[in-house]
This record gives sequence, C-alpha cells and structure tokens, in this order.
Amino acid sequence: MANRDIDIAVRRGTVHALVGENGAGKSTLMKILYGMQKPDEGTISINGERATLHSPADAIARGIGMVHQHFMLADNLTVLENTVLGAEGLHGIGGRARQRIMELSDAYQLGIRPDELVEDLGVADRQRVEILKALYRGARTLILDEPTAVLVPQEVDALFANLRELKAEGLTVVFISHKLGEVLSVADAITVIRRGTTVASVSPGETTPKQLAELMVGSELPTPETRESTVTDAPMLTAEGLRLSATDSDGVVRAVLDGVSFTIHKGEVLGIAGVEGNGQAELVEAVMGMRTPKDGTLTLDGADITRLATRGRREGGIGYIPEDRHRHALLLEAPLWENRILGHATEPPNAGGRLFGIPGLPRLLALRGARTDSARIVDAYDVRTPGIEVTAASLSGGNQQKFIVGREMSHRPKLLIAAHPTRGVDVGAQAQIWDQIRAARREGLAVLLISADLDELIGLSDTLRVMYRGRLVADADPATVTPQELGSAMTGTASGHLEHPDTPQDAAWGPASEEER
Amino acid sequence: MNDLGETPEQRALHRHLEDRYWLRLRGRFSKEKLILALAAPVLAIVAALVLSSLVIAASGKDPLHAFSVMIDFGSKSDSQVWIVNKAIPYYLSAAAVAIGFRMKLFNIGVDGQYRVAAFFAAAVGGALALPGAIQIPIIILTAMAVGAVWAGIAGVLKTTRGVSEVITTIMLNSIAGSLIGYFLSEDKLAVKDGNLFHTTNLPDSSHFFTIPTDPKPIYGTIVIAIAVGLAYWFVLGRTRFGFDLRAVGRSEPAAAASGVSVKRMVVTSMLLSGAVAGLVGMPTLLNVSYNYGTDFPAGIGFTGIAIALLGRNHPIGMALAALLWGFLERTGIRLEFEDYAQEIVEVMQGIIVLCVVIAYETVRRYGLRVQQRKVGEELSARAAGTNDKPEVSA
Repeated sequence: MANRDIDIAVRRGTVHALVGENGAGKSTLMKILYGMQKPDEGTISINGERATLHSPADAIARGIGMVHQHFMLADNLTVLENTVLGAEGLHGIGGRARQRIMELSDAYQLGIRPDELVEDLGVADRQRVEILKALYRGARTLILDEPTAVLVPQEVDALFANLRELKAEGLTVVFISHKLGEVLSVADAITVIRRGTTVASVSPGETTPKQLAELMVGSELPTPETRESTVTDAPMLTAEGLRLSATDSDGVVRAVLDGVSFTIHKGEVLGIAGVEGNGQAELVEAVMGMRTPKDGTLTLDGADITRLATRGRREGGIGYIPEDRHRHALLLEAPLWENRILGHATEPPNAGGRLFGIPGLPRLLALRGARTDSARIVDAYDVRTPGIEVTAASLSGGNQQKFIVGREMSHRPKLLIAAHPTRGVDVGAQAQIWDQIRAARREGLAVLLISADLDELIGLSDTLRVMYRGRLVADADPATVTPQELGSAMTGTASGHLEHPDTPQDAAWGPASEEER
Repeated sequence: MNDLGETPEQRALHRHLEDRYWLRLRGRFSKEKLILALAAPVLAIVAALVLSSLVIAASGKDPLHAFSVMIDFGSKSDSQVWIVNKAIPYYLSAAAVAIGFRMKLFNIGVDGQYRVAAFFAAAVGGALALPGAIQIPIIILTAMAVGAVWAGIAGVLKTTRGVSEVITTIMLNSIAGSLIGYFLSEDKLAVKDGNLFHTTNLPDSSHFFTIPTDPKPIYGTIVIAIAVGLAYWFVLGRTRFGFDLRAVGRSEPAAAASGVSVKRMVVTSMLLSGAVAGLVGMPTLLNVSYNYGTDFPAGIGFTGIAIALLGRNHPIGMALAALLWGFLERTGIRLEFEDYAQEIVEVMQGIIVLCVVIAYETVRRYGLRVQQRKVGEELSARAAGTNDKPEVSA
C-alpha cells in the first residue's frame, strides 16, 4: 500500500500509538522505518540525525527493533538460541549471552527462561522473546505491530506493564493497534493514519475512542452487537462426541479434540472462545472434512456428513472463512477471478457443462461466469482493487478478506464457519463483515464463530462456549458475560456456566467490567 | 467506501468515475504484462549470448564466427527438417515433465517411463499384424498405459508411504533399464541383428505417415505432439480438473480447504504425466526404427526437464524451447567441423537454461512488486480523488 505525506514525530521515552484502518498504510510505514522498504521521497531522522535505511540491519544498527505481528522464531530452538541467532557477534553464544539475556529480562521484568524451547511457549511468552531479541540487539526504539491481536485481556495487561517498564528506562515504543481502548490506556501520543497519510496527532487525554474512530474512518465506530435474537429450534449443525488426536513434535499422541459436542440452530451464531492452540483450528478442520475425527458424528441440516469429503460438504452448504486466509482461502499468485473459483469449482456460476456436452468428457469451467461474478463481488462487497486481473497478493489484508467473505456468502451457505473473520481487518471492513453475518443470520444462516477478539465474540454470538485443551469447558450468555470472565475460563481457571453476579472473580473484575459495558 | 449522506446522483457519479478508472487500469495492466512477458526472454537471450561468447572466447576461439556458422548451417532446409523431427520427442517429454511441474511434482522419471513404454509397445506391435488403423492406436495406447503405470508407482508410493517422487522416479529409471535389459534377449522378447538386440520389427502397416518435405520428410508423429500441446493447454486452463491441479500446485493447503483431494490429485497427475511420457518414444518407434533395440535413444526424459524449464511450462514456450534445443544440437555437429570444442553446445544449453530460469524469476518478482505498488498508488489516488468531494464523512 502506498503512503504519501506521512509526518510523524516520536519523542524519546514515550509510547507512541499509530492507529488507522488496514490498508491505510501502517504496515508500509513500519516497513520503511525498519528498512524493509525504501521510500520514494522524504526523510527519516533518528536523534536529529538524518538516516537512510537500506535494510533491517541498518535499522538495528541505529537502535530500531521490530516485533512483527507474526512471530519470527525458530520453534525447535531454545529462547537463548533464538535470541543469539544472527547476533552471535554481540556476546557470543554461551555464558556471556546468557548473562546479558538475564540482565535484560530482570531490568524490564520480562520473565525469560532461556533454556525453554520456543515451541513449548505460549503466545505471550513468545512475544516477550521477540521483545528480548530486539533489546538484545541494542534497540532503543521498539516497533510493535499489532501486539495485542493474539493476547487475552490478562496478557494484554502484562504486556502493557512491560511497555511502561521500557518507557521508564528511556526506551521509545511505537505501537500499532486497531483497538482504540488499548491505545488510549497505554499511549502517550497518538497518530492517526488514513488512506496513506497522517490525518491527526492527538494526545490520549484529549480524545475519546469515538473521536479516534471518527478520525480513522470518517464515520462512527461500529459495534458487533446483535441483540434481537433470530435463533430457531431447527438444528443446522450437530456435532456429537468429536474426538481427534494428533502427534505433537515430541512424538507424543495427545487428544486435540476430546468429546466435543454442540448444536448450532438455524439463525444462531455459536461463538467459541479460547486461547489459540486449544483445538479450535482442529475443530474447524474436522467440520470442514480436512481432518478425520476418530470418533463422533456430524449432522448438517438432517444429513449425516461424517463421511463426506470436503468438496461434498462445501456443496452441501458449508461456507468457510479460514483463520489463515493466505494459507487456506487464496491462491496468492493467481488473479482475483481465479480465486473466485477456489472452493466453488463445482457450483454455478463457476461450473460449466462437460466438454461438447458428452458424459465422460472433462467438466469445463465457466470462466466468463467466474469473471463476471468476481466483478460483482468486488462491487457489492466494496473490495478495493483496480480490477479482477490483479493477483490476490497485491490486495491489502482487509480487502482480501472482504473478497473471501463475498465469495463464501455468494453461495448462500446453510452453515458459515468463520474463524477470526475480522482479524487484521480495518474497522470499516469489520462493520461490513459483521453486517453480512447478521443479515444472513436473519435468513436462517447458522454460524460457527471462532475469534480471539472477545468483543467480537460477545457482540455477535447468540451462544458462547469456551474451549480449553480440546474440550468445551464452559458456556456463557453473551448478554451478561465480561471479557475478563471469558479470559479466566480460557486459561483454565474457571469452568461450567459462567454466571456474572455469583462468581467470586466478579468482585475482582467488577469495576473494570462496568467500564467495559 | 462509505455512502453515508450520499445522494443517488453522487453515487451514480462515483460509480461512473470508478468504472472509468477500472477500464484505464485494466488497459495499463495488460500493456505492462506484455512488456514484462517480453522482458524475461529478451533478458535471458542477451545474457545467454554474452555468457556463451565469453566461454567461447575463453577457449581461444572467435564467438561471432561460431554464431554465424550456427545460423548459416541451422537455416539450411535439411537442418530445418532435422530440427523439427528432433523437437517432436523433446516436446512430448517436456509436456510430461510440465504436467508434474504445474502441481509442484518433480517427475524425474520420464526417461525410464518412455523407455519402458516404448519397449512394451514395440513388443506388442511386433507380435500383432493388424491393419494400421487398428494397430497404431493399440501401440500408442499400450505405450501410454505402460508409461502411466510406471509413473503411477511413484504416485502411489508418495501418497501411501510419503516417499518423495524425486527419489522413486530416479530409482524407477534405473529399474526400467534393468527390466528392458532382461527382456531384450533372444530367448525372451528380442531378435538378434548383428551385434544388436531388438524387438521384432513392426509390420509395414504400423508405420506412421510422414509429411513429404525436401530433402527429407517430417515425421507424421508431429500431430501427436500438437494434439498433446492443445490438450495440455485446454485441460489445464479450461477444465475443472485443470483448475484443481493448478490449485494444488499453487497452494496445497488452500486446495485441500477448497475441496480438492490432494492425494488423489497426486496419483492422477502422475498417471497423466506418465501417459504423456509414454508417447515420447513414439516418433522414433513409429517413424524411424520400427523396433526397440539396444540403440533406442535414451536420455530424452532429462532433456525434457530442461525444455520444460526453458519453456516455462507453457505449451508454446515449450515448443519454441524444443526447437531451440534441436537447433543447438544440429549446429553443434557443424561447430565440431569448424574446430570448436564439441562440448561448447552443451555448455551453451546449460547457460541458456540457467539464464532463463534466473531471468524469469527476477522478472516475476519485479512484476509482483510493481503490481503491488501500482495497486496501492492507484487506490490512494482514487481515494484522494473522491475525498475532495464534499460527501463522504459523518
């Protein structure tokens, strides 16, 4: 995405937040600041000195460190090994390196255990390793790209405590986020980017989330709330005792789905909360037919689909918005219109007849139909692209996601599996996607919603379940539950029916949750 | 785009402006595509010429003279016929390899597949004496079936046991050689002819037609190559099966999530690749030797890999690459007479493949970057354009 006329000044020893829609140019700006991309025009000054950054190595040499949204760690190495990897020249790879790591860990209270394997660490710990890596390389300015997207509320608080620690030591933090509440609570200064330019610089004391949102999109902040219930009695998807085991990297077989049962009715959104890696991805893949459970049955609209292959399930009316759109929903190097066909090659408007209409000859694609319908989706779902011939990779994340949602919704699914449907998507697109889900739900769509965004889960779902270590351990009423209560169940400290006024945790979280509501 | 507060007229105007933008962009993208498409081969040819010249010059000879000898000799009419006939099996071999390449399967075993296929087809053909209209199809179908089975072994091993097709196809090449050696003896499927063993000659009725040209005819099996090229283009680009196959090649997880059975696709495409590989021996068998002997040409399967790379798996690109290969081999013979080292042509072939692969990859990456930047620029320009209007905003 292009940037033009970006003016941003970050003072030393502050936390500076950068907010803006996806595709607004935040990522490009970050890449420029970290030397991954070169600006066509304009200058960067560090400590008053003009700097030209040709590569991340230049940026690191000038004390800029980056924590990417997707962690760049080698799973099969220890924390110590990951930290020194590529920086062996600084303090060697042995005792001195370990000493330096522990110094940094103590100074900023990162709680690092250097000999732990990265694959055994949770998301929050991995993030701290990324921060440590940057500090180890001498970073005085840290860039964090959407650091809270993968964290539960308690972990976000811990991260913010770390950031304040860094700030107190005179480090500078540039912090990117969509979550305006968080931005206001941790930032000392805020810069808003819209469509590639800086539109405002505000201080958190003088602004509200609502005003910030208006600056970002030029309209009101959308909320995911759906309060009028459309839930019916007719079951659409019934899962009965799903069991699935997988072999982990140590060769140990463990249950990733352990007797999962649920029913989604027509017009119902079932939300599943859980820290990533507790079986949500496997559940989705089991329902899609990409993994075969060793036990259990799946019934879609009265028909047993347990033995049906993925294509049959899709034809049977399951729409799929996967968690990792690059991996599971797009052919990145193929043009948009070919991506229109992906997953729906057997259905109109993409499917043609057989060659010469003779049975037994190959089935044709209706290329014109696919193109026309791609153009319609681009139009109807406001996918910002110059055309349908560009590769999917050249669109921004939010626009890719709008195209995917459009594609899946175009086939009028009976059941929609939406895994993190608005992850990495700007507020405007988020509102649109929520609207789409709500509208289809009114017409009897059943939705299996997986999300790490608890506000989204609470706002959209009719029923909430919490998944922990492959089991559905708790349920909650989205009308009364708070993100904090869900957070406790997600980390395994609460189970059963999460009832708001009676639980003891409520006392601790009460004031905060009052604010939230 | 947010349409809060937009009147229908403003909306219509926007639509109109946007449509115009799209048309312009579409035109621009296609022109750019054309330039990029030409840039890669031009870059590759220039680089290959320069590097080849350096190699020839380093061997103490005059590169320009070498090129002029090649062009003079290569453009003679008997050379042209020779080149076309040589290119037919090369093209078939490249197509067989390319089917695998399109879904990221490396069928290194085309060499063994076509030899086994040609051998059994020759044995079957030599044992029958039917009218040509029946026997020729039988021979061709036998070859395709045997080639498919031989490649299919690798496909099944990959899907059931997870063995890399690179390993199995290489090993199957070697097994193919031994298998043919075993059957190619007098008491089995062969007859002795001087120092050579070969299968019984095909009856005259099984000789494929030729296209009379001066001074020598072009093999009629060229129609098989053309048919394979057309089918390759049509099946991959226009059919559901072809889409599924390309989807697996582009992204296996995305294809699986879209409902393609990746395992079945691996086996199917190996079978197809092997069936086409089975055709590679047909020009020789049906137009030249009429039997499979110890002197049957080997190594075309590996040439096919180079040609598929050179032709970028494109049906026309591979045809040009096959002709270029034939040209180099033909003119290489001549260079020897002119006192150039015989290996110079092989060096040039290697240089060309390397240059093409590097040039295309460079241009592809550059093109992707340009496109991404363009999309971004145009969109922000468009956004800026619509922003100037008084509407959008609450």
